[in-house]
Order: sequence, then structure tokens, then C-alpha cells
Amino acid sequence: MNIYLDNNATTPLHPAVKKEIRKYLDYYGNPSSMHETGRNVKNILIKSREKVAEFFNVNPSNIIFTSSGSEANNTVLKSIIYKKYEFTPHVIISNIEHPAVLNTARFLEKNGVDVTYLPVNDDGVVSLNDLKKEIRKETVLVSIMWANNEIGTVQPIEEIAEFLNDKDILFHTDAVQAAGKVTVDLNETKVDFASFSGHKIYAPKGVGILYIRNFEKNRRFITPLIHGGHQERGIRASTENTIGIAAIGKTCEMLKNEMDEEVKKIKSLRDYFEKEVEKRIPEIIINGKNSKRLPGTSNITFKHVEGEAILLRLDLKGIKVSTGSACSTGSLDPSHVLTAISKDPEVAHGSIRFSLGRENTGEEIDYTLNVLEEEIEKLRKMSPLK
Amino acid sequence: MSDDIWAYSERVKKHFTDPKNILEIDEEQHDYDGKGQVGSPACGDMMVVYIKVEDDKIVDFKWKTFGCASAIASTSVLSEMIIRDGGMPIEKAYEITPEKIIKELGGLPANKIHCSVLGDKALRAAIDDYYKKQDKENPFKKEDVEVVCECFNITKEDIKMEVLEGAKNLKVLQARTKIGTQCGECLDRTEELLEEFVKKYYNEEVYNPDE
Repeated sequence: MNIYLDNNATTPLHPAVKKEIRKYLDYYGNPSSMHETGRNVKNILIKSREKVAEFFNVNPSNIIFTSSGSEANNTVLKSIIYKKYEFTPHVIISNIEHPAVLNTARFLEKNGVDVTYLPVNDDGVVSLNDLKKEIRKETVLVSIMWANNEIGTVQPIEEIAEFLNDKDILFHTDAVQAAGKVTVDLNETKVDFASFSGHKIYAPKGVGILYIRNFEKNRRFITPLIHGGHQERGIRASTENTIGIAAIGKTCEMLKNEMDEEVKKIKSLRDYFEKEVEKRIPEIIINGKNSKRLPGTSNITFKHVEGEAILLRLDLKGIKVSTGSACSTGSLDPSHVLTAISKDPEVAHGSIRFSLGRENTGEEIDYTLNVLEEEIEKLRKMSPLK
Repeated sequence: MSDDIWAYSERVKKHFTDPKNILEIDEEQHDYDGKGQVGSPACGDMMVVYIKVEDDKIVDFKWKTFGCASAIASTSVLSEMIIRDGGMPIEKAYEITPEKIIKELGGLPANKIHCSVLGDKALRAAIDDYYKKQDKENPFKKEDVEVVCECFNITKEDIKMEVLEGAKNLKVLQARTKIGTQCGECLDRTEELLEEFVKKYYNEEVYNPDE
């Protein structure tokens, strides 16, 4: 049995994407070659870039392919180190960013950049007012995630973009979790940079996107992480991951057509799941419940039991979830997101993330509910807490 | 199934899915001679152990835990070690080390060892409690034990043993013991002892890598 409820970690390939990958496996040419073998592959890149741009409602020339969302995030943030400011540059991020932003910001701090970690409210959302208070004349970049990976809370990106639009402050958003789940219209929402990842949207690992608005102006800010050839408009050298790029184009094409319907289905399954959990299992907390959330994410604290124990009990029954508990992460600290939204240590140690995707069914959710009810009861019997 | 997290032995898996000697009733309804508790919800692990003693042997061992899979499995296996063959003499039970429990379990992944450290500590606390309730001196208690980390009940002696077994910087020590990872109040003292033992046993300075 495989009930995969960990779609925020990674997603299975979309069948159409699989087909696309197979189709291009024999297209081995280097897109930079002038001959036909190369040109054929160059065409894959052109088409893929168009599909991606169409999905996000922007121009293809503003799309840079990278190896991952992490790389896109790193490219933007680390560029600050190479700019010669005549003052100590200041950056604002939220305190619930993905490690790809959070740890990069810590690296910036070690390299002479001031960083403000903007807190979130109990529902896991940053406020524009808090952000306004932190703006200084030295602020050069704001980086706030579009949606949080652990609790699924959607941040007020439109508001922030609007506020920063007429200021001399760059705005980056890590939109890895938002893509394909909520509308990300980059023509409407004026961010300077946005990061995306293929494997969170039914394409394979190893391909990501960096969107750059006002390319000619904003490219001056960027220092590439990888120097070399002229690929990706000089922003990202190295021969392109052509098959990955073909795949991410295909997935954007599919999402453009299927997303609305899928999201509706996923949201109704998630809402049903949460309603049933509330009905059947006492003493639970649905984290981030009062804010706008991603349609398929449900992060639930089961009081008095430890997250890793729940995760492994579910795993033995074929249900795949994740947890922010310290035990599970290999590190010793519980999730920084959960500690940011709650002072209750049981929230940090006893929470499970269920993240639904396009393949999940009602039967799977019913089976999960039954197993969950049973295992939580067993684990609570063992627990000294009440 | 992910190899990484299930790098557990079959025996660990068995004790995790079907743990033995859990106290299933409320503490108030349970008849016991000594109770020991270590950890707290804030620490991410909490263990409570209840023992019954007859003729200086521990004849009953019940437990409850808020903890991960290895905490559950290791305490379950500890409970069996204690009560088999008519009960373990207190003297022997007091000397049980995490290593012995891990051996009984058929091994644990390295980053999980700290979890099993709790069972033996809770047991010693229960034995201490038993003697206290009897108004007797605990003949096995070592004098002048310095508890460095209150959160996880880690002593100076524990740190020494970890250093001897190769924990030469704070990160490794914490990965093995969880010391100072919650409230962090003991960190200064921990680093001081770490310096002392690394100097003494390896003639080296402590090197804490950056990330």
C-alpha cells in the first residue's frame, strides 16, 4: 500500500511529464551547437520557456532555468555580497522561510549583511505593517515566501509587492510551494524575483526556475553562482538540463489546463480530512487554520504524542507523511516554523504534515483517518502526558 | 521503505509496534514502590518508569513515554531485561548503561542513541525514589554526581564517557546526548567540561566546525 500524503516534500511525475521525458531522451544535442542536432534541442528550451512563461503570465525572456528552487533562492540572496554598497546592506526575510532562504540569510550575516527576521502571528502569517516598521534606508532586499511548506500559510505577497513597488527595494519571493496550488500571476503581482522548483509540481528533481522582472535593470543586481558559458542570458552558466527543462515546461502546460479543477478536488479532500479528524480525534490543533492556506496542506498537532512515533506508525501502514519533530529531522531542533507559531512544546514535537496532491483519492483519505484514529489512541495510551 | 529511518533492527521494529509492559492505567491506580521521571515535553522526550521491588529484585517494571520510535522500543526492551528470570537485582539494574540496552536491541542508528539514554536514567531515578520512600540510603548511588544538563539528566561522568568514545566537539556530543539542546542553560559548563576532557584524553583543543 502506498498512500502518499507528502506532496509538499516532492511529487510523483505527472503522466504527461513522464511521456515528455521519454520523448526527449534521445535528444542528446547541446543546445548551444549550431548544427541541426543542437538546434533541435534548443527548440525544446524555447518551447519550454514559453510554456513556463505562459503559466506565470510573463514574458519568456524573464525566465531563467536553474537546477532547483534552492539555487534560485541562493542566486538572488548571495548577489548582495558581491554588490559594492557604501553602507551595510539590510535584508528582511520572514522567520518561517524555507532553509534555502533562512540559512542563506545566515550566511549573508556572516558576510557583512544585516538581516531582520520578521516574525509571524499565531496563524503563521507576516503582516505588512510589521514589514513597514523594519524598512530602513539601507534595506536593499525583502524576501518573503509566497506560501509556507510546513503549515501551508499563504503570505500577503500581493500587498507587499504593491507596497515595495515604488521603492528602491528589491522584492524576492520563494514561490516553490505556491506554484500549482494558488494563482501565481507575476504580471499581476509585481515581484522582482521569484523562485520555483520542478519536483514540487510533478516534474523531476534537478530543475528549477528563477523569474526576473525588469530583466535589463535587475540583471545588474545578480551575480551568477556558476560562471562559465553564456547560457541562461549570462545568469546561470553550464549546459542546460534539457530533459528537466522539457519536463518543467510540460508540467506548466498541464497545470495551466488542470490546476483549477485539481485544486478544487484537493481542497475538498483536505477539508473533509480535517473535519473528520476534528470529529474523531480529541485534543488536536490544526496549525495555521485561521489564515489563508494552500489547498492540500494540513498540519495537525496531536497533543501528548511525539511526531516521529506517529510518522513511523503510519509508515508501517503504508501512509507517507512528514513531521517537524526534532527526532525526525536528524537535527536536534524541532521545526522553526512550529516554534514560530506556538510556545507550546507539544506543537513543536507532536505535529504531522499531511500534504495532498493530484493523485490522492477519497478512499485513501478514509483509510488514513481510520489508521490515524487507531494509532493516535495507542500512542496516547503510552504517553505520560494528559 | 526508507532505509535511513528504518535502519532499525527487526527487534526495534517489533518493540516499537508492540511495546511491552506499558502502564495502561492511571498512575493513581497503579501499585508501585518507586517512580522515576526524566525529560519533559519541552525536551521532546519524556519517560516515566514505575518499579516494584521484592527481596532486592525489581519484579515489575511499567512505563509511559512521550517520545520517538527508539525511545519506545528501547524502554520496552529494557522492561523485558529487568523483569525476566524473576527480576533483576537492584544492584545490577542500577548499572545498566545505554550501551547494554542498544546491544539488546541489536543496534540503533547513531543519531538515535540519545533517545535510549532516557530509559536507564528513568530506571535509576525510580530506584532512588524506592530507597527514599523506604527511608534508606541507596547503597549504589555514586557520591558527588554532577548533573550538568537538567533537561536530559546528563552527568559529568556521561560527558567523560562520550568524549572517551570519540565525541570531541559540541555538535557530536549533542548528536549523541541532546545535551543543552533545549533550554541551553548548561552550555557554558558543557563546553568547559568538553575542553577539559578533550585536553586530558586527546591533548587537543576542541574544534567546533562552523556549520
